[in-house]
Amino acid sequence: MMNHSQSTGADYNYTIVRQFALTTVLWGIVGMSVGVLIAAQLIWPQLNFDTPWLTYSRLRPLHTNAVIFAFGTSALFATSYYVVQRTCQIRLFAPKLAAFTFWGWQAVIIAAAITLPMGFTQGKEYAELEWPIDIAIAIIWVSYAIVFFGTIAKRTTSHIYVANWFFGAFIITVAVLHIVNSMAVPVSLFKSYSLYSGAVDAMVQWWYGHNAVGFLLTAGFLGMMYYFVPKQAGRPVYSYRLSIVHFWALIALYIWAGPHHLHYTALPDWTQSLGMVMSLILFAPSWGGMINGIMTLSGAWHKLRTDPVLRFLVVSLSFYGMSTFEGPMMAIKTVNALSHYTDWTIGHVHSGALGWVAMVSIGSLYHLIPVLFGHGRMYSMKLVNVHFWLATIGTVLYIVSMWISGVMQGLMWRAVNSDGTLTYSFVESLEASYPFYFVRFIGGCFFLTGMFIMAYNVIKTVKASKDSLPAIAEA
Amino acid sequence: MIMSNFWSIWISVLTIVVIAGCFILLKLVNNNYTGVEEGKSMGHSFDGIEELNNPLPKWWAYMFYLTIVFGVIYLALYPGLGNYKGLFGWTSSNQSIGTEKGIKADSAAALEAAKAENRLSQYDREVAHADEKYGPIFAAYLATPLEELVKDPEALKVGGRLFLQNCSQCHGSDARGSKGFPNLTDSDWLYGGELATIKTTIMNGRNGMMPPKGGLPIEDSEIKGLAEYVVKLSGGEHDEALAAQGQGSFMKGCFACHGMDAKGNKFMGSPNLTDNVWLYGGSRGVIAESITNGRAGVMPAWKDILGEEKVHVVAAYVYSLSNK
Repeated sequence: MMNHSQSTGADYNYTIVRQFALTTVLWGIVGMSVGVLIAAQLIWPQLNFDTPWLTYSRLRPLHTNAVIFAFGTSALFATSYYVVQRTCQIRLFAPKLAAFTFWGWQAVIIAAAITLPMGFTQGKEYAELEWPIDIAIAIIWVSYAIVFFGTIAKRTTSHIYVANWFFGAFIITVAVLHIVNSMAVPVSLFKSYSLYSGAVDAMVQWWYGHNAVGFLLTAGFLGMMYYFVPKQAGRPVYSYRLSIVHFWALIALYIWAGPHHLHYTALPDWTQSLGMVMSLILFAPSWGGMINGIMTLSGAWHKLRTDPVLRFLVVSLSFYGMSTFEGPMMAIKTVNALSHYTDWTIGHVHSGALGWVAMVSIGSLYHLIPVLFGHGRMYSMKLVNVHFWLATIGTVLYIVSMWISGVMQGLMWRAVNSDGTLTYSFVESLEASYPFYFVRFIGGCFFLTGMFIMAYNVIKTVKASKDSLPAIAEA
Repeated sequence: MIMSNFWSIWISVLTIVVIAGCFILLKLVNNNYTGVEEGKSMGHSFDGIEELNNPLPKWWAYMFYLTIVFGVIYLALYPGLGNYKGLFGWTSSNQSIGTEKGIKADSAAALEAAKAENRLSQYDREVAHADEKYGPIFAAYLATPLEELVKDPEALKVGGRLFLQNCSQCHGSDARGSKGFPNLTDSDWLYGGELATIKTTIMNGRNGMMPPKGGLPIEDSEIKGLAEYVVKLSGGEHDEALAAQGQGSFMKGCFACHGMDAKGNKFMGSPNLTDNVWLYGGSRGVIAESITNGRAGVMPAWKDILGEEKVHVVAAYVYSLSNK
């Protein structure tokens, strides 16, 4: 195992960071490949080859679990373990427990990759895994919390850096969400029933579901942003006070937003109203993170011309701003009446998942990998740039096609004839969506190709001989 | 939907604390309380990262205030704070419906009560509006005898749209059915193809009931012969000896429903076995499967879903498919 000591003096535990960083790339490719396959199945259904475990219904949860919990969460593990050490100026607490979180998490991912295609599911979106795996996740997550907060407690710095507030909020809240939503009565090793029923079950599920977005995919990645953006730009964070307001407001409001997934359902009116109001007030706090990130570039904008890594990070913030504007708008009941159940939702999710989560992770990894393996830069900055364009074009193709398709579906579903009958049958709206499904598939191919290029670049960087990749001198 | 006072107060207090908390936090932090000059570093450095004490962007702070004001006004007008009904008295639907008395009767009573108090839910208002606008069209169709309705191309168009919305999921967009779901464009009818019968079928639904082995003392060893006999009945190539054996089994009681001539019985919906029309398939294997395990096809009743006015128009459309 390689060991590169750092110029800052402290001897950090990079082994765990390296492991998670590399598996992030691996699981990114796996999760996105499954995504591209199911996108293709929507155009060419015969691609399931009449095989049960290759059907859309089983691969879709595999795709979402793989990208959120294998790719995204591995990226969060890697960066949080790295950032907490560097900003607390201390080695990671409980290294054996940290190693356990790595191997445990990989075991969970493998278990998910086996059981989901086999059809074992709790039927809850983003919480499909059956109860034995849920228990394993809970144990690993608590270990993660011990390692993270133990390191914070041992810190040699006087304050706790803002990135760690976000990582901390993400770790605590995901533990609570996961444990509460996964409460179930097992009837066999592979089958259980939720402890909740009816509208309560739906509400608990979307309280979990939306905060998986809010705390894992937003707060966690904001933590990542707060370290890697100022670091890569070489500039101080724009506003300390802004980070205070937007952090506390974000975590206080996000937890209420779940009911907007259940507008116009059996959920009581008051719950729906609250979900909508809190989602709208959440708009400004969400943008606080974008403003703080982008304004951090003040005085360093010229670096965007030469630094593709910084480009990844800044474009990810732009997509973050766009989807956190779109989200509160879609939470408004009147807008939701058009957007709900259409591809617009899928487009919204992917502007967050591809544009924000994946791109900020990729940018951070391009910063991180050379440091972890003792180099000044990635093997090929040209390939980083190629990856940047593939990812950006892929994301734009994806979300624009889903916007058009979604709005079109919403309008077709509500169109009525002069006699009050619906103008279009469902299958007609599906037929009209095919061209957009194709564009989405192409967008996915672009993004996935970028990931393969990244894997090549990462392997080359890891294998490069010492001092062969010097840092690029500042222009 | 009424919750206990405790939970109503609980949720209201939490809501107000969170929204007021955001407001107070924003107001406090908007002032420079740090003791550090604006635009200067806060003085701490984390792994080389410093933080500046820049003010909150004005437009951002105003936007935040604005959303808070919107939230407060919305919660005053609409239900949101526990049991508080909101100044508009708006509800999405009658959330009290659905007792053991039956949803429809209860909903109708709730609707009447709400009308009397000049208080209508959004759902009821929209339904009332639609009834007012489209009701007369369908009332006129219902007043037209089916025999005349089938000659009205406009009515058939409306029926076709209703069919696509409600029936095509099983019978197909072209009404040609699929395995287990009858083709409606041929002239073969399980329960009868007269206008009135078609309407009855749609109104009340149908339950197919072929019991396993017809509910008769038929041995597994007889199934092969029976299937051969059914193939013979519909004019297929067959093994004469095996079919004769099957005929013997048929006489154990299959005729009770399918008739001595095996031409079926429209009163029971038992199919004619002598034509070459198959609901589940006419291969020996599928016939044997139908006999062994029985079949229980279900056509749901539509009178409570669509209402008689619309069923009337759909019946005319379905009739027109096989009577051009």
